[in-house]
Amino acid sequence: MELIKKYPKLFQWLFLLIVFFALCFAIDVPETYKFIRGQAEFVKDPNQSSFVFLGKEVRYYAFDVFWRLPPLLGWLPIWINDSLFFLMNEWMPIEFWNEDTQEFRTRPLVLQISRNLTAFMTFLIELIREILLGGLETIVAFTSWDWIDKNPWAELPGLPWTIVAAGSAILAYKLSGKGLALFAGLVMVYISVFGQWKPSMQTLSFILVAAPLSFIFGLGLGIAAFKSKRVEKALYPILLVMQTMPQYAVLVPALVLFGVGDHAAVIITMVVAVPPMILLTILGLRAIPPEVIEAGRMSGCNNWQLMFKVLIPTARRDILIGVNQVIMVCFSMAVISAFIGAKGLGFNLLLALNQLNIGLALEAGLCISLIAILLDKMSLAWANKQTDYFGNLTFYQRNKNLLFFAATVIIGIILAYVGTFLFKGSYNYLFEVPHNKGISTADFWNKGVDWIFDTFFVYIKAFNTWLIQDVLQPMRALYLRMPAVATLVLVVGAGYLIGGFRSALVVCGLTLFIALSPWWDRALVTAYMATFGVVISCIIGFTVGTLCFQNKHSASFMLGVCDIFQTFPSFVYLIPVMMLFGITDTSVLIAVIVYATIPATRYTIEGLRSVPVGLHDAATMSGVNKFQRLTKIEFPLAFPHMMLGLNQTIVFALFMVIIGAFIGTEDLGQYILKALSDKKGAGIGFTLGICVAFIGLIFDNLIRTWVEKRKKHLGIN
Amino acid sequence: MSEPVIKCEAVYKIFGENAKKMLKDSNGNVDAKTFQENGCIVGVNNASFEVSKGEMLVVMGLSGSGKSTLLRCISRLTDATDGKIFIEGQDLLQLNNKELIELRRNKMGMVFQSFALLPHKTVVENIAFPLQIKGIKTEDSISKAMDMVKLVGLDGRENYFPRELSGGQQQRVGIARSLAVEPDIWFLDEPFSALDPLIRKEMQDEFLRLQDKLQKTIMFITHDFDEALKLADRIAIMKDGIIEQLDTPANIVLNPATEYVRKFTEEVPREKVLLIGDVMDPSTTDNMGELKVSKDEIIENVAEKILTQEKSVAVIDNNNKIVGSINPTKIINTVFGGRKNNN
Repeated sequence: MELIKKYPKLFQWLFLLIVFFALCFAIDVPETYKFIRGQAEFVKDPNQSSFVFLGKEVRYYAFDVFWRLPPLLGWLPIWINDSLFFLMNEWMPIEFWNEDTQEFRTRPLVLQISRNLTAFMTFLIELIREILLGGLETIVAFTSWDWIDKNPWAELPGLPWTIVAAGSAILAYKLSGKGLALFAGLVMVYISVFGQWKPSMQTLSFILVAAPLSFIFGLGLGIAAFKSKRVEKALYPILLVMQTMPQYAVLVPALVLFGVGDHAAVIITMVVAVPPMILLTILGLRAIPPEVIEAGRMSGCNNWQLMFKVLIPTARRDILIGVNQVIMVCFSMAVISAFIGAKGLGFNLLLALNQLNIGLALEAGLCISLIAILLDKMSLAWANKQTDYFGNLTFYQRNKNLLFFAATVIIGIILAYVGTFLFKGSYNYLFEVPHNKGISTADFWNKGVDWIFDTFFVYIKAFNTWLIQDVLQPMRALYLRMPAVATLVLVVGAGYLIGGFRSALVVCGLTLFIALSPWWDRALVTAYMATFGVVISCIIGFTVGTLCFQNKHSASFMLGVCDIFQTFPSFVYLIPVMMLFGITDTSVLIAVIVYATIPATRYTIEGLRSVPVGLHDAATMSGVNKFQRLTKIEFPLAFPHMMLGLNQTIVFALFMVIIGAFIGTEDLGQYILKALSDKKGAGIGFTLGICVAFIGLIFDNLIRTWVEKRKKHLGIN
Repeated sequence: MSEPVIKCEAVYKIFGENAKKMLKDSNGNVDAKTFQENGCIVGVNNASFEVSKGEMLVVMGLSGSGKSTLLRCISRLTDATDGKIFIEGQDLLQLNNKELIELRRNKMGMVFQSFALLPHKTVVENIAFPLQIKGIKTEDSISKAMDMVKLVGLDGRENYFPRELSGGQQQRVGIARSLAVEPDIWFLDEPFSALDPLIRKEMQDEFLRLQDKLQKTIMFITHDFDEALKLADRIAIMKDGIIEQLDTPANIVLNPATEYVRKFTEEVPREKVLLIGDVMDPSTTDNMGELKVSKDEIIENVAEKILTQEKSVAVIDNNNKIVGSINPTKIINTVFGGRKNNN
């Protein structure tokens, strides 16, 4: 009894666990239950029950409601699908003038809007693509094919790679200095020499369209949310869901609305890239000291002047960090949207992975990683760059970089022209190194992979078998053995103990949505894979973080490593694991672990670092040794921040598990992948995405609530 | 006497959702405690006062006393919950947004505790900012701003960015910016509180020099009683949103209106604050020595001379006319009497 009074919380948790296990044992597995693979849910089977809601028939295998809840939301994906179809093809037919056929045609409004939007996007992408690579489409857009036939000279020539390389080096120099300029130049030369120029420029043009558009929308919505509480409240849930929604899942509805190709990818990229921009805009504007705003008001600014002359310049850094985020999201989407036919590096990577040509995949992956690092470093340098004073500089000093660029353009054109004589009859390497004609190391890598397989096959196989048979299978079975009601009780109970009634309600709603969808089993498999990844990642991350923290240099080094790894699009992580472990669950899990360890390590170091120096000194003066200081002072204070790291780890792990479906897993991601190739997949893909987002949000809600309480308790702001 | 530049009549500022209704129900008798129990926080409680042209009113109070809130009501950075505020006879609360902006662009300048400079603009650009907002051409605004740079003694640093300046220098920029549009009314919100004591003293002297030259109508906020005594023509002491006493420094030291005010005055070295005129005996006696002192002298400066006299000393005004007398005992009583330990 004493113990209960002393630790009431502990007792409550114990009680919750007892209830949970009691429920698990009390509810038997129905004899008819089996984990259903493949598309069996959609095959008609006389054993199935069915119900009709909103005119949609839902078929499902009925179980005891305590074991599995019936999929009462099963009509939702079908309904979304049908509504989308209705919107696109039937709703509000209006007559539109058709340029090509020179007559009026009747088309549904949404379809027309979507077509116009895609046409506009296609134009933008083609414009930039042709500036970089040359082509006809832009000129055609302003004239006609007939005109082109009559004027064969009319073609955008494209920039020689030398100019783009030198240009990016100059830009890097302006933003940061010699080091970054050198890196930028080398990356560009590497891309060109290794024959990745065309796909790289295709990807780059994708970003050059998607990023500015996302920036404008994000900034606008961010400002609107900053000014109006109502807008913020309306945006908040969307932002929250988008943060935990796998990028992969957003692609599916895009297919239906905008079709296949770069334009669809750009539009859907904006949907993903705008939320972080909104968040950082709001954050930046909120961080402005109120006195600066008052100073602006007292200077007689009207609202417009206050926003554009005072607030936005003052929040410049946060807004540019938002730009950095936008660019990185756009880049990672540029890679993933290869699934819906966007051209570029991602497409090559996907192709190579599909052919199991690890060498080619590695080359494309390396290229992607290098560009990611470059884009990240350059946009960060821009954010951290402080305004310079130009007042009394000469014309040359002021426009030095511009003049240099002009010079490189001229030199580049001359070089390309000289090249036409130099490489007569073959490719003009001074203009563009074509794909396949550059240096390729693919064979080397392929041989290397073969060698690794030949040499270590036995060990890898043994490890693989052990992991799958002795760890993963039992764990999976355990997760699937949980009755739905028991899971619900556990999650809601945890919500109540952590955040009270409100939290319990939110968590209950999120869990119920998943439980009532047709994919509860799949969600459990997703959860099991994510849990496994998160546990291992946290063990590694917390250990590595703590060890690195012991030395200032190793801590900064580790943070640098985390920075670099974080810039890689998640898809890239699949290449090396496929190389080593082939197509198995182990590969996915190892990718998950590598990817999710990044935030775990980073937050551990940051949390430990944030312990105030004063406390550190105070502890040292009370005579603690290093270990005591760590356990008694640093860990307790850093723990809330480390828990935020856990939160991030979970989100990262979920993302990777979903993308891992590409290798072949049996979780929700598998269905998203299937939905991508299904004509009627939009509703399913979208609902699945929401399910994954909700898994993330359940943990997000619990952890955040706990951290906030804990921080308040510790007096850390 | 001309019309007061700033005039407040029963100004209230109460934060909270049903502030207006609660204020109406309370009939003007605002009790901070009852309000707080109902989720309202009283910022300013029934403030009425006037500031005339060229006068410096210092509002003094500890943190949370509502002094900054009062200033923000008068500059209309927040809207007062109730009451009337007149700026040069114009009803401030009736102004629409456009008129308010006009008023701020031409009549008001404000200096902030944390300087509130724009980080992306140089010193001279910061100072020229209010001018450019007004729509003055860039060159004109910059040349005007350069005059201001010289006025506050920052020549040679006009092209620095705020991040490259010390706190004192940054506040000079803040002062210059607030003066750039040549406002009639100058608001200063704890302008020197964020500075080191030595720099603070220097800036106070500098500020007095400027005010001597410019003769603005000033509302100056501070939490430092000594600063208030040093600068003020009149001091308003605030506590919990209520103005406890509003009077000249001498009267506050000599006749504290409430117990709260008395606590501040106890430790004040009176010989540094009071003038001969404040403590003299207005009746003249024949029994006076040779020495004559001006009634506008601070006691400290002439105390030694007076104390060496055996007889009373004649006090004269600016026209050399004898207006009163003072004897050495009075000086001793003023300096040492009335303190806590002697009572």
